Amino acid sequence: MSSTLERPPRRTARLDQVVVRFAGDSGDGMQVTGDRFTTGSALFGNDLATLPNFPAEIRAPAGTLAGVSAFQVHIADHDITTPGDSPTVLVAMNPAALRANVGDLASGGTVILNSDAFDERALDKAGYASDPRSDGSLSAFAVYEVKMTSLTLEAVKPVGARPRDAERSKNFFALGLISWLFSRPIEPTLAWIAERYAARPAVVEANTLAFKAGWNFGETAELFESAYEVPASKLDPGTYTNVTGNTALAWGLIAASVRSGLPLFLGSYPITPASDLLHELAKHKHFGVRTFQAEDEIAGAGAALGAAFGGSLAVTTTSGPGVDLKSETIGLAVSLELPLIVVDVQRGGPSTGLPTKTEQADLLHAMYGRHGEAPVPIVAARTPADCFAAAIEAARLAVTYRTPVFLLTDGYLANGSEPWRLPEVASLPVIEPGLAVAPNHVGADGEEQFWPYLRDEATLARPWALPGTPGLEHRIGGLEKSDGPGNVSYDPANHERMVRLRAAKIAGIAGAIPQVEVDDPDGAGLLVLGWGSTYGTIVAAVRSLRAQGQRVARAHLSHLNPFPADLGEVLGRYAKVLIPEVNLGQLSRLVRAEYLIDAASLTKVQGTPFKVSEIEDAASALLKEIEQ
Amino acid sequence: MTDVVSAPATSRKDWATDQEVRWCPGCGDYSILAAMQFLLPELGVARENTVFVSGIGCAARFPYYMNTYGMHSIHGRAPAIATGLAISRPDLDVWVVSGDGDALSIGGNHLLHALRRNVNLTILMFNNQIYGLTKGQFSPTSEVGKVTKSSPFGSLDRPFNPLSVAIGAEATFVARTHDMDRKHMMETFRRAHDHKGAAFVEIFQNCNVFNDGAFEHLTGRDQRAEMLIPLRHGEPIRFGADNQRGVMMGADGALKVVDVASVGEEALLVHDETRPDPGVAFLLSRLSGGVDEPTPIGVLRDVEAPDYGALMASQLEEVRRRKGEGDLAALLRSGITWEVDGRSPAAASGGE
Repeated sequence: MSSTLERPPRRTARLDQVVVRFAGDSGDGMQVTGDRFTTGSALFGNDLATLPNFPAEIRAPAGTLAGVSAFQVHIADHDITTPGDSPTVLVAMNPAALRANVGDLASGGTVILNSDAFDERALDKAGYASDPRSDGSLSAFAVYEVKMTSLTLEAVKPVGARPRDAERSKNFFALGLISWLFSRPIEPTLAWIAERYAARPAVVEANTLAFKAGWNFGETAELFESAYEVPASKLDPGTYTNVTGNTALAWGLIAASVRSGLPLFLGSYPITPASDLLHELAKHKHFGVRTFQAEDEIAGAGAALGAAFGGSLAVTTTSGPGVDLKSETIGLAVSLELPLIVVDVQRGGPSTGLPTKTEQADLLHAMYGRHGEAPVPIVAARTPADCFAAAIEAARLAVTYRTPVFLLTDGYLANGSEPWRLPEVASLPVIEPGLAVAPNHVGADGEEQFWPYLRDEATLARPWALPGTPGLEHRIGGLEKSDGPGNVSYDPANHERMVRLRAAKIAGIAGAIPQVEVDDPDGAGLLVLGWGSTYGTIVAAVRSLRAQGQRVARAHLSHLNPFPADLGEVLGRYAKVLIPEVNLGQLSRLVRAEYLIDAASLTKVQGTPFKVSEIEDAASALLKEIEQ
Repeated sequence: MTDVVSAPATSRKDWATDQEVRWCPGCGDYSILAAMQFLLPELGVARENTVFVSGIGCAARFPYYMNTYGMHSIHGRAPAIATGLAISRPDLDVWVVSGDGDALSIGGNHLLHALRRNVNLTILMFNNQIYGLTKGQFSPTSEVGKVTKSSPFGSLDRPFNPLSVAIGAEATFVARTHDMDRKHMMETFRRAHDHKGAAFVEIFQNCNVFNDGAFEHLTGRDQRAEMLIPLRHGEPIRFGADNQRGVMMGADGALKVVDVASVGEEALLVHDETRPDPGVAFLLSRLSGGVDEPTPIGVLRDVEAPDYGALMASQLEEVRRRKGEGDLAALLRSGITWEVDGRSPAAASGGE
């Protein structure tokens, strides 16, 4: 934190960045509060990154640790890449929220408590033997006690609501207070309240009053030494919006539909944390998007594959447990050689695991989770906004190579958000469906024929002929097909040829994807290699190490199958390779097997992203080894 | 759906592929295939607009023998896959070919939901009451006590009644036919094809290798007159060599087989395929307790209801009408946006 102090009109201290975490009961509206603070900061011009963290239960018992819901947002006057290792400000609406989160708070950080919620019963429910406000356990922090509940009740009195309803506005009191503390503009939030609750004028009034009361409390109570200001960040020129990964991914699929001319079809079944993809796409039927909420995961994938046969840009969206169920259909799609995008928003596993928490542990499942030799390309998004481009890339590969493609994101990307500089539509890739329109073979009898498995020489892709096209009638299926004519074939040599052709087709994609982009300004001995959502943390860790004078290189993979063609050569240039992953070392296993490189694996599976310091420490240790 | 007028005249051989048919000699599937290949030229539909989708099992090889578009898919999943095709391509005629194991065991869920949604599919279920392709295990339609390789002491499973299942899911078209009567098959398939929405047809089909003669009591030439109850819309339900027997509803609400002479024709149930309530159709589906009792064939139920694909298409059109054609650039700007001009960061008072 920097601290250039500014004087009137208002006492504000300037900060270059701040990490705020809002924590309360899952019914307390913490996600809304965090989201509004985020939007206000985005409009103000800060760079930002968010990390929502909520329980799997919709309403866990109030006041318990299990029911704590939190939203962390990192805002800065410069380019940032993570939601922050440790909050510098914690807003705790009750003792459980304090207890569940205070351990993460940076030393010297600020705690703002709703002191009305700290009665004996609530302390007991949270598992506090003594009151943390008086037992010295918070001595490392600046603690501010604010009677948020009673101040809210007082503020919303004019509305005349019952106390239980009136109390529900206290998250807006907290938002008002924090908005004052960090000099956020208030108009966007007031406008949002008016629009969001338009159907219930009493709620608009209560929330508005509570928000203003919180703001005024900061202004007048002189509780805080000063308000803070986090100046706007120097972002590249352009139009920005704030997107979550799920929204960006859904929009990317629509963009791929527009840029390919293929109608979008989604077959899906609700599952956390992927359901928002279904919700978002269901809104956009005027793009010709058909969303089909199937009877199960299997039918979601099946319907999508059926639609692919009919010429749709077909997608099925799910999370890990759903991938298990879709595997059989993905295998059929490998055999049929039809385009199918399979989105896996990864979450903690195995089995039901940690439904609302993030993990990167489905990579090997995407890679190998089918019987037989069934290679499938894998694309992984690295940031919430990157989900847009990743979706278009997955569609490009699926359509060009007539293959199912895995698109991996995770809970952290799906629900996290960041400012996104909007691309020009004309700059987006064009995807050529290249549909078959005429026979492609002349039979021995001189008759024109259509051979569904006569491949394109460059891509090895087979022709995609849509029902409704005269003269191209053909049958496809899960039984092995003869190379070329595509009739059922049990010929051993043909089977081997087809297995190798399918493998060569996917391997050949390496020639149509970018080479590895290595960030290595000064000839480092250590390369930190990542994939997926570890991107922001790795970037921040490498920056930090360089600021300390260390030489560290960094590269991040968007394509996990096949790898970029030059990956082996790149890895060979470094004395040490560090691969951080939120799993037990899945990419490192693939890299070791493929390139015989002794990569060091850094792993973590706690349902949360890495902290910057964790990657920094592991890299430092390897740097020391290189020096010796 | 299909443009009947423009389809050129075809003959049976136009609908057959050059692939060798590989069902066991004597299998009932041959006559079903022939009925289909005779029927399609009569329907006046185009080969390119016709798609057969199947799951896994002996019946599921059907698409390979039809010179149309086709997909031989996964065990049980054909209704789900066909749903995606039919609702994204309402211009196509989509047929699903399935067996008793495929449709009612591993794929039971998908069948129920395709019927419930009333997807525009014509679903043919070849019922031979046995697993054929895996060489003879009892199926979900096998009778209790059936001795097979997997039930050497007799199966314990109570069988499904396929028509009851379909009517229970409120299928809008439900019919039964059998592989010994090409004319009846063709007429039933024609009706099923012409129905808008999901049509379910059970076909009694003989597996002469693993369950030979399962329906012989019903469908044998000398048995049919006394054992099959032909259903004709708007007519009293009568059967027998001399039409001497009939079906009436008793005072207890149950259906029973009666001698017409003793109750009088006016006491007989008049068959009405179009009853909106599936109750009577359900009773008809359960009139026979097994292959030893007279069994209804023909169309049990044929009611009009919106088909799912058409509903989806009209919803798309409705939203387009309301919101206008989708505009990608506008979509990207549909959230809160702000401009950064690169010179002075928005609303900022300086920077670093």
